[in-house]
Amino acid sequence: MSGWEVFQIWLGAFLTVAIFSFMYKDNPLYKAAEHIFAGITAGYYVALYLDTVVYQQLWVPVTHNGRVWLIIPGILGIFMFGRLWPKLTWLARFGLAFIMGTTAGVFLASELHGNVLGQMSGTMQIQQVAGQPNYVLTALVVIGLLATLIYFYFSKPHTGVLGVTASVGIWFIMVSFGAHFGYTVMGRVSLLIGRVYFLYNDWIGTMR
Amino acid sequence: MRTTVPVAIAFVSGIIMLVSFFFRTEDNVFGDASQQLLIWSSIIGGFSFLLGAISIVRVNWRNVRLKKSGWGYNLLTVLAVFAMLVPALIKKGWLPESMAHLAGRDAGSIYDWIFIYVATPMSQTMFAVLAFYIASAAYRAFRARSAEATLLLITASLVMLWRVPMGEALLNSIHPGLPGWINTYVMSGINLSVQRGILLGAALGAASFSLRILLGIERTYMGRG
Repeated sequence: MSGWEVFQIWLGAFLTVAIFSFMYKDNPLYKAAEHIFAGITAGYYVALYLDTVVYQQLWVPVTHNGRVWLIIPGILGIFMFGRLWPKLTWLARFGLAFIMGTTAGVFLASELHGNVLGQMSGTMQIQQVAGQPNYVLTALVVIGLLATLIYFYFSKPHTGVLGVTASVGIWFIMVSFGAHFGYTVMGRVSLLIGRVYFLYNDWIGTMR
Repeated sequence: MRTTVPVAIAFVSGIIMLVSFFFRTEDNVFGDASQQLLIWSSIIGGFSFLLGAISIVRVNWRNVRLKKSGWGYNLLTVLAVFAMLVPALIKKGWLPESMAHLAGRDAGSIYDWIFIYVATPMSQTMFAVLAFYIASAAYRAFRARSAEATLLLITASLVMLWRVPMGEALLNSIHPGLPGWINTYVMSGINLSVQRGILLGAALGAASFSLRILLGIERTYMGRG
């Protein structure tokens, strides 16, 4: 293993231990790592967007391909920097309104079509297990969906039939949250194992 | 002018995107316009990221300049931003041939090296640390104080067991059909139905919020001034 490779492993190990040190208590080593991480993340995205957006989508098309109309979003983008000066904050609204408008236009149709209709259609079909229709599962999905929706319906007090259905809804929701929690814990523990393996195998390995 | 024009911009751009949804993109003016608007939106969004980074540098640099408490950490943030940014912006042609691979964002560049050997270990460790905090939160939340909490605890434990080979073997030893039952009725049944309910609610909320933006009812994104 070359000296450069050893340095890379020691750097990774130092940063890993620095962040793990937060579990003991907040300390200067963790704070330094945290600030470096924030700075690197910001630098990463600035470089990425300068290259892929400002250079490749704006500069090259305008200067090389004659697509001069792209100057308009460029100006709206520059207007965003108005946020840096209180008197010019209002300039940023034009670019922001454009982004909000296009996003709202996309979402309005796609959410209704993809999620509302898509999920409803999925629920109305007979659920299949290994290619065979499963009516118990189908009933479970329909009851679970209705009970969940009623639990989140707050326009009427949860009393009577509505209250009973909402209670069934919370049981379904708790099972689902438990499943999600289990998956999240598994993901985080998997990352933890990865870091401990790196420290034990790679870092300690350089000292053997 | 400061309020009406942005509302008009949001309305026109949104309506074009909405109408274009109902047409094929290849062979009509709406499809072409929507593709253009998405590129425009991406360009403006890119500038907003730059604004965020400038703001980070400005705030941190101010603390360094005024020597505020902990200014050394702020200096580290500023240095980290430029350590990542400057090598990525240098053109390969500006450097001698032997060092050209260090510039830009390609594999083998300084930008790429910092990402692999500095950013990735820190990012993974940040999330790995959460394993301990999740365990601590779970201890407090899962103490089976109510029927609902018990249900959550049992499901989480079953799913965690089910996802590892040893746990799956244990479940199999209790009943051979248990792992399959968890997969079918817990994950594809109860979990799916609840996720569908949440997705439906969120989609309806997003659609109504979008409509409010298009009609100019929702203006909070403009801020004050």
